[in-house]
Amino acid sequence: MDVSLPRRLARQRGAAIGLVILAALALVALAAPWLSPRDPVKTAPRTALQPPGATYWLGSDQLGRDVASRVMYGARISLTVGVIAVSIAVALGAPIGLVSGFYGGRLDAVIMRVIDVLLAFPGILLALAIVSVLTPGLTNVMIAVGLSAVPTYARLVRASVLATRENLYVEAARALGSRDPSILARYILPNVVAPLVVTATLGLGTAILAAAALSFLGLGSQPPQPEWGRMLSEGRDYLREAWWIATFPGLGIMLTVLGMNLLGDGLRDVLDPRL
Amino acid sequence: MLTWIARRILAVVPVLFGVTLAVFSMLFLVPGDPVKMMLAEFVTTPDQIAQMRAQLHLDEPILKQYGRFVANAVRGDLGTSIRSRRPVTTEIGENVLNTTQLAVAAMLVAVAIGVPLGLLAALSRHSWLDVASMATALLGVSMPSFWLGLLLIFVFSLHLGWFPATGGGSPLHLVLPSVTLGTIAAAIIARLTRSSMLEVLGQDYVRTARAKGLGGFSVIVRHALKNALIPIITIFGLQFGNLLAGAVIVETVFSRPGLGRLIVGGILAKDFPLVQGTVLFVATVYVMINVLVDVAYAYADPRIRFG
Repeated sequence: MDVSLPRRLARQRGAAIGLVILAALALVALAAPWLSPRDPVKTAPRTALQPPGATYWLGSDQLGRDVASRVMYGARISLTVGVIAVSIAVALGAPIGLVSGFYGGRLDAVIMRVIDVLLAFPGILLALAIVSVLTPGLTNVMIAVGLSAVPTYARLVRASVLATRENLYVEAARALGSRDPSILARYILPNVVAPLVVTATLGLGTAILAAAALSFLGLGSQPPQPEWGRMLSEGRDYLREAWWIATFPGLGIMLTVLGMNLLGDGLRDVLDPRL
Repeated sequence: MLTWIARRILAVVPVLFGVTLAVFSMLFLVPGDPVKMMLAEFVTTPDQIAQMRAQLHLDEPILKQYGRFVANAVRGDLGTSIRSRRPVTTEIGENVLNTTQLAVAAMLVAVAIGVPLGLLAALSRHSWLDVASMATALLGVSMPSFWLGLLLIFVFSLHLGWFPATGGGSPLHLVLPSVTLGTIAAAIIARLTRSSMLEVLGQDYVRTARAKGLGGFSVIVRHALKNALIPIITIFGLQFGNLLAGAVIVETVFSRPGLGRLIVGGILAKDFPLVQGTVLFVATVYVMINVLVDVAYAYADPRIRFG
């Protein structure tokens, strides 16, 4: 990656907006203990269902907890869950794709058949199946969302490796006596990084959405954790009298995913114009 | 062409075999004893646990168990739900129509919004219309369906009272869920239609059609759009799968009966046979739809068949 990357990225209006959104969210997530007006899990039944105002900026929920504080701490949870899930997916998927694409042959055939099978479970279904095996909970949601994205990364990396493997400079390196690990690290990997970074950025948004969806279904974070998906499902029952309980966590999820998508699209235009 | 179709269908067999293996293994990947986990909420005697083991054939050799699982599945027997004690196929049968209705209606919404939006953007490239359509599409992809659903309920059920908020049955019940589910697919289809249309508009045959003196509308519809829609067929299969999976969430938002609610209820109740059977069913349908899409694609674009 060359020096002018940040500058080229800044020139992409969408990517710049995405970066600003994400930076603001990351700041809120990091500074939640100092920024949040109240304890996010402390209940106060007497001041339940207060509308947004001077005391409760974004209102209070059915147990009198401060929605603003919960949304801020929720940013922490969602960003962490997204990063960990994508890390799991890349850490497992990239080496699988690398080995499969580089060595080819029977190993590649077997790996690709397994991946075909995993891709037969559409969308969130694979993550659902994994959660059902691991039993519900936030940690297992990260694992399930991460594992269910492994096939995507394995395929992506394999395709990039296949496109690079036949290049003359790889052959030249081999002729000069380079060994496989060194060829992989010095000549193949750099060509895989750009599409991987783009997909992982967009994948962060997808992972955050999937994790929030699982929590919304009651399979992820458990009460009283201030998780956005969970807050939405709690707010669902109070939609008529307290719209704010479900509205602000939803806005949080959408802004985060929007930021990731804007940044990912911008990165793609800069790093990988072919896509 | 027939051999091509036959080969494509045959290629599915190992995948489906793998799917059965994956679904079958679920029970063995559970940490601890799956029977104890399934019966955790009931007061159980050792006798009952032994009975359940026998019912699930867990005391047989594993290969024999798998053989039985596949043979039964092929015959349409997906086991018995632990909670309701009814055959899983009966449970699926009662819910499949609801989910199909939802997925098909959502697909209609997605195409009805997505294709015109993408077309509009492509034809007015770099104008404010293009930017606005693509910004809308981007918002659509970033929107959590469960949030959109709640917002729609808030506005159109609780405030305006136009549509029922929850439940199923009448066509009115279908409106909000299908709009919720279709919006995300619409956004993806809009982005794809735009890029596909832009590519086609730059092709020689479009220029030739224009040079022949054909009017703008005729060129766009008869020459460009027809070809631009071909790649959209492939996304159709993929999106249909996403709609089936997305129904899990949307059905929960609207408390609408369907396969998604069945799966989520099964997971929460630790009803493994029900989860396994329904997941296997949805994955199989998804694989089949993709075969159909591939065949349709080959019909639409002869380059695929002969290439």
